[in-house]
Amino acid sequence: MTTTTLTWFARHEIRLAWREWLAMMTAGRRGRTRAAIIGLIALAAFLHLPAYAVIGRFADLQAPLDKSSLIVITATIFLAWALMLSQAIESVTRVFYARADLDLIMSSPVALSNVFSVRIAAIALSVTAMALLLSTPFVDVLVIGGGIRWFAAYGVVIAIGLSAAAVAIAVTVMLFRSIGPRRTRLVAQILAAIIGAGFVIALQIAAILSYGTLSRFAVLTSDAAAAFAPDTDSIVWWPARAALGDGEALLLLLAGGLMLLGGVMAIFSARFADTAVSVSANAISAHQGSRTGAFRAGSRQQALRRKEFVLLRRDPWLVSQSLMQLLYLVPPALMLWRSFADSSAAIVLITPVIVMAAGQLAGGLAWLTISGEDAADLVATAPLPSSRVIRAKIEVVLIAIGVLFAPLVIALMFASPLQAAVTAAGITVAAAAATAIQLWFRVQARRSQFRRRQTSSRLATFAEAFSSIGWAATAALALAIPLAALVSGLLTAAIIAATWKISPRRP
Amino acid sequence: MKPDEPALQVRGLTKRFDRLAVDALDLTIRTGEFYALLGPNGAGKTTTLRMVAGLLRPDAGSVSVLGVDALNDPVAAKQITAWVSDEPMIYDKLTPLEYLEFVGGLWGIEPSVSEPSARDLLASLGLEPHLHERCEGFSKGMRQKVALAGALVHNPRLIILDEPLTGLDAVSARHVKGLLGERVQAGCTVIMTTHILEVAERMADRIGVIASGRLIAEGTLAELRQQNGRNDTSLEDMFIALVDTEAAAA
Repeated sequence: MTTTTLTWFARHEIRLAWREWLAMMTAGRRGRTRAAIIGLIALAAFLHLPAYAVIGRFADLQAPLDKSSLIVITATIFLAWALMLSQAIESVTRVFYARADLDLIMSSPVALSNVFSVRIAAIALSVTAMALLLSTPFVDVLVIGGGIRWFAAYGVVIAIGLSAAAVAIAVTVMLFRSIGPRRTRLVAQILAAIIGAGFVIALQIAAILSYGTLSRFAVLTSDAAAAFAPDTDSIVWWPARAALGDGEALLLLLAGGLMLLGGVMAIFSARFADTAVSVSANAISAHQGSRTGAFRAGSRQQALRRKEFVLLRRDPWLVSQSLMQLLYLVPPALMLWRSFADSSAAIVLITPVIVMAAGQLAGGLAWLTISGEDAADLVATAPLPSSRVIRAKIEVVLIAIGVLFAPLVIALMFASPLQAAVTAAGITVAAAAATAIQLWFRVQARRSQFRRRQTSSRLATFAEAFSSIGWAATAALALAIPLAALVSGLLTAAIIAATWKISPRRP
Repeated sequence: MKPDEPALQVRGLTKRFDRLAVDALDLTIRTGEFYALLGPNGAGKTTTLRMVAGLLRPDAGSVSVLGVDALNDPVAAKQITAWVSDEPMIYDKLTPLEYLEFVGGLWGIEPSVSEPSARDLLASLGLEPHLHERCEGFSKGMRQKVALAGALVHNPRLIILDEPLTGLDAVSARHVKGLLGERVQAGCTVIMTTHILEVAERMADRIGVIASGRLIAEGTLAELRQQNGRNDTSLEDMFIALVDTEAAAA
């Protein structure tokens, strides 16, 4: 393969990545490119406000820093790296399973290792570009507040983007080798979810166990963390020093990132091709399901509910998302457990976290059951009214939420019956509202299109998010300031009513 | 249902999208008949059948399935009808047996009836070794066979098939044709669209040709030949001549 061909293939990869991203942003509708770009610029401009609130106070930081500051900055960079790694694992898996061009590439007269080197580089580029896009408001705030030395933070983002992509490729290819293509898809999704959430949750757990608070900064700024941390001239602080404008540290970091990616390309591009071959071969191999026992009797709705539960149980996305939701619930559950001993007032914080998680999970479940119907024609031609089909699907969502969250509510009953009642009501209302929004905005799709559900209707996505946040706030206020809860509840109900009013499926 | 009730009676069926897809179509299909609906791409075949199956609401007209008004009582019409599309829509995460259990449940069939029927159907379609495998790894032909078994497991009296042989190998296609032939022998009515004119020629009792949303010819093969004025003409030649004439007139 000549350099010209490689360049051409690189251009092809970038074009594909751009169009995939654009299709995601515009929900696949033509003529929306300009609107998507304007929306994105507006969002980026708006993000400067929360960015200022979060890191504005750090803009004046000057080297040399004390250990506590170094720990906080390094932990923040590590968190960004973990999120990029999570996204990169997802991208690599998608390239293996979702790209329809593998047969074409592998049957073409080109050296596969070269082609896949380009593909690996394209993954690294897209992960880094996305990270740069998201970090821009934060770096801008630092530059405006603390001077141009903060531009070095962009270099740090590039370096950690390259290294995250390299690690993601190595991890995914090794997973393929060790557990096979079929399990890799599920494990990679779960891994991506855990990596994305794991670091923050681990810090929260440490904070709860040590200081009885959910704030992760309690651990990062503690004397104990400073005592365990290495000296200020350690290699561990390079990313923090580089972000503060240390040119030498930045160059070393960039070189490290490039070398890591180059090494991964050299080692894994040949294996990347082998892995792609085994994935395509696996696509036609059989997956042994559970042996079906005797057919079960029951009503038509029972048949529908049974089918939905089996599909939900076998859905890799749902497994990973449920795991992530459960992970997010670990800190509040831990706090609940501790509160049995010391009756901490912080237990009130559990309610909004649980209500929010219930709303979010219900939205995803509702999309999968209501919109994500793979055999739409079959269900539409079945001899039962569509209202009964919808009812059965809604029942599945509410039962699933009930089963998942009942243990937490029951545990809460022992600590505070009133709080348990408020939490249960919050879960029910948040789940019902998220389900209703999905119902009003339902669009027939295949379950595998779940990744794009949030772009098919921005309105539904925002309404679902506002609804979950609103009901979580209402539940928290119901325990602390009941009158404020009334106002918050009415506002949230008004948002949902407005969503219903402008929804395309308004009955 | 009256004994001489047609399996399907369509009157003035009309559907418009960006353009007129089905234009005041009249169609009568007798009970126990194998009817092939032919037409060029975009002629309105699939739209017509989707309206009959209850998947699309017509803009005008009436649909009667074995005497049941399908527009006013869709549930009763669906109870006796089966639909198979050209793109097999099944659940990747279910096994063929689980899929058929679900279909049986949806149509309210007793498990003691649907289970043996499901196993027989899957065996006769050559899927017995795959009963407990999830459909996600199946080829298009295998998926089509699972969808077809799903359509037959509730013992429908009117079977509507849109290009059911697409993607099937010769042996599988013969299995499917055999199964459909058995159903017609047993008194069931089959309506099928196909681009494989040889299948229509060999299997259909009557053939309808649709173009621009209208029925432009209908009858047995012999009747079509007679209408065309040549006894030795193949169905393919007649079809092309009919469609060309219609296109020229339009």
